[in-house]
Amino acid sequence: MKELPVPTSLLPLPPATFHILLSLAEQDRHGYAIIQNVAARTGGELKLSAGTLYRSIQRMLEQGLLVETRDRPSPEEDDERRRYYRITPYGEAVARAEARRLTQLVRLARESGFAAGRA
Amino acid sequence: MRLYRALLLAYPASFRAEYGEEMCAIFEQRRRNASSALLVFALWVEVVFDVFLNAVRVHADILSQDLRYTARTLRRSPGFTFTATAVAALGIGATTAAFTMVDHVLLRPLPFADQDRLVKLFEDHSFAGIRYFDVSPANYRDWKRMSTSFDAMGVYRGLSVNLVGQGEPERIDGASVSAEIFPILGINPVIGRFFTAEDDRENAPGAVVLSFGLWQREVAGDASVLGRKVVLDNQPYTVIGVMPPVFYFPRRNAQLWTAMRFAPRDFEDRTDTFLYGIARLRHGVSIEEAGAELSTIAAQLQQAYPKELARVGISIRALHDDIPGQARMMLRVLLWASACVLLVACMNLANLLLARALARRKELAVRAAMGAGRERLVRQMLTESLILAAAGGVLGILVASQSLPLLARLVPVNLPIPEVPSVDMRVLWFAASITILVGIGFGVFPALRASNEGMREGSRSGVGGRKERLRRLLVVAEVAGSVVLLVSCGLLTRALWRIQAVNPGFRPENVLTLRTALPMPKYERMTAREQFYLHVLSESRRLPGVTGAAYISFLPMGDGGGVWPVEVEGQPQPLAQRQNASLRFVTPGFFSVMGIPLLAGRDVAESDTNESQYAAIVSRSFVRRYWPDQNPMGLRMDFGNHVRTVVGVVGDIRVRGLERSSEPQVYLPYKQAEGVGPWYSPKDLAVRAATDPAALAPALRRIIHEADPEQPVSDVQTFTQIVDGETTMRRVQLGALGSFAVIAFVLAAVGIHGLLSFAVSNRTQEIGVRIALGARRSDILRMILREGAALAAAGIAIGAALAYGAGQELRALLAGLQPADAATFASAAALCFFMALAGSLLPALRAIRVDPTAAIRME
Repeated sequence: MKELPVPTSLLPLPPATFHILLSLAEQDRHGYAIIQNVAARTGGELKLSAGTLYRSIQRMLEQGLLVETRDRPSPEEDDERRRYYRITPYGEAVARAEARRLTQLVRLARESGFAAGRA
Repeated sequence: MRLYRALLLAYPASFRAEYGEEMCAIFEQRRRNASSALLVFALWVEVVFDVFLNAVRVHADILSQDLRYTARTLRRSPGFTFTATAVAALGIGATTAAFTMVDHVLLRPLPFADQDRLVKLFEDHSFAGIRYFDVSPANYRDWKRMSTSFDAMGVYRGLSVNLVGQGEPERIDGASVSAEIFPILGINPVIGRFFTAEDDRENAPGAVVLSFGLWQREVAGDASVLGRKVVLDNQPYTVIGVMPPVFYFPRRNAQLWTAMRFAPRDFEDRTDTFLYGIARLRHGVSIEEAGAELSTIAAQLQQAYPKELARVGISIRALHDDIPGQARMMLRVLLWASACVLLVACMNLANLLLARALARRKELAVRAAMGAGRERLVRQMLTESLILAAAGGVLGILVASQSLPLLARLVPVNLPIPEVPSVDMRVLWFAASITILVGIGFGVFPALRASNEGMREGSRSGVGGRKERLRRLLVVAEVAGSVVLLVSCGLLTRALWRIQAVNPGFRPENVLTLRTALPMPKYERMTAREQFYLHVLSESRRLPGVTGAAYISFLPMGDGGGVWPVEVEGQPQPLAQRQNASLRFVTPGFFSVMGIPLLAGRDVAESDTNESQYAAIVSRSFVRRYWPDQNPMGLRMDFGNHVRTVVGVVGDIRVRGLERSSEPQVYLPYKQAEGVGPWYSPKDLAVRAATDPAALAPALRRIIHEADPEQPVSDVQTFTQIVDGETTMRRVQLGALGSFAVIAFVLAAVGIHGLLSFAVSNRTQEIGVRIALGARRSDILRMILREGAALAAAGIAIGAALAYGAGQELRALLAGLQPADAATFASAAALCFFMALAGSLLPALRAIRVDPTAAIRME
């Protein structure tokens, strides 16, 4: 098994990557489900295209953020063409690191008065 | 849906295989959700953008991944990286250098506007063996008047003048041009103006146009130079313009241009030929059509002037074809040879990559097992070979640009182009294309091979027969390529030796020569010239170590020198039928200075003057031509506008150089030049010394300065240098060819070594078993060496056949040597054979050192 780099070395994450990680944090999903979930989560603001999605997925697989899972839903809900993805512990660590980075950023913004909230 | 699938082709195959189906499913879903035609349209617009945007990104992802991987693997094997880069650099460098030269001289358009419509016009003296002959003013005038194929026609002649400026007096080359010339060439002066028809009149004030270089050098580019007076050959000229930096006409060394001022008497003698014609074809008129019209004109002129022009035609050729045949040939040979080097380099590279791919089979198999598709593997390996080729390409361009000044001597001096070609975009494009070709052509093959193996064979060890055979073929091709180059080189070397062994008819050693071209009209009077010669010659002879000194109108092997039609007494011939002999005026002692044997009679003498009998000394071939069975002494001929009596016979010399046939020679006393024209007055001084003659130069300059402080000295060189100059082009070409041959030779040796080393390391077990079963070490040694020898033999056989063909093509450069020269072929074959054995030696030694127990245990 190849050694994975420390999570922070991947930061900042591309927005699509971060959203995919968030979407998969809840449960395993197939591609289209990720698109829909991200759209719902962002109130329709971010609609991933198929190309962006799978390009991101390919890269995330290589980076070890995701794995493809063989667990599939009950046959009546399944489409055999679909592939399901699951976040890895490493993926979770990276997502957490990104979240920390963003929080940090927001705190700095507040201190400068650029964002609402407690300074 | 089908359309969407087609769109997905923009993605790499591996990506498509992985996600294509799902993407289609998503598309289907969205297509179903789109309720109106407008929404469907919007969906399509979106997916088209999406596909292209992301396809490019996915490709870029893979590329950067491959690049990182390549960088990593190449760093892990620096030996391989270095070898492959060097091989590619040599191949690409050689080809780029050769292409640059060929492009510069043969392909690239000349630096003139409408250059494809520019032609040169000559008198056709094919009856005397010269198709491109100078033109007489009267003929030029008539051609211009009678022809309709051209929209402009002009003439020029070479010019060499003494410039007396601030510093030392200088000899400067240039041209006299008629007013049409510059507009025909379409080049504008950077400052000032051209000549006009006014400047061409007989008594027009002298006007001169300077070259950019001369302008910079003499007055540091001062624009106020316009209107300034300069003194050329003691005549005042006004500077009227300066040409741009890249303007070389008619030759590379031209530094100034004066107007061609015709006098009425210039048109009197139609056989007085001293001009070169240039014309621009009318739009839509081909060179053949113009040629046909000129033939008609030539026929009309022949009828009108049967006495002078009986057999004189008109030749036309494109300005960009006005290149000496030998130079053209040499450059072509160079290009072919470089292609040969490139081929050998590519074979070598393919072999290296193949060997590496085989060695990496396990790694590839692992990657394949981990899900890398074949396309990804091939792609990755291609990236690697392209990277190597690109590194080689960059180095190769450096190698080429460094070698160009060395090759510059292959650019004929009579071309209106710079001496050293520049490495510009055109050349870079060429180098880049070659690089990509090398990278892809010789990367794809091993990559496909290896990926097949990787997918199929898995990590099984052992070597299949097929790829071994391919590698053998490559090595055989390398050997064949180097045989071709070695043989070509050998043939040309022997040709060079033959030419160098040609007896010039005189002894060039220990002779220093220089030129003092006496300006007219300052030296129009014979007495003035005589005074100058006598002073210089008597003072030179007094210098320590000098054994003789003499003047001649033009040294042999120089550029030009003059010929004259001969009519001997008792063998009358019409003017147009007469054959030429070379004509030289000499001072007494010339033959002894040059070491030309006096076979009969006497040398010219100071007592041969205007008042005495007009004398002539002829060469042996002259006697053979006109008086084969007679004693020529006292016989008379009409030559050089006088009836002259033969007073001596000397040996023949190679007037026109070592490689050209020369006319018979006639030498005339320098004082009997009445009516021949000042052009023939002696200007070249030859001084023979007991030791190194080059040391005499300062003393001779001083003597000439004493005789006339305004007299420039030019062309100071030893006669050995002049004779060497005859073969300069050949030696430069041979040098390039020789280095090509060495490169190919070394590459082939490396190829054999690499192949056998690999084979031995793969067959370690087999060899171990053989030894364990009782094979003697000498058997093993012989087995490996035999393999190397077999490769060499096959390569030599194929190479010899190809070299024979190449030799036929080279024939024009071989100076009479037979292309099937046995000695050359034998030495090339022997060299290659030994090279093969040397290449197999190390692997063979490694083979006999195999420890059988260790080897067998490996299994």
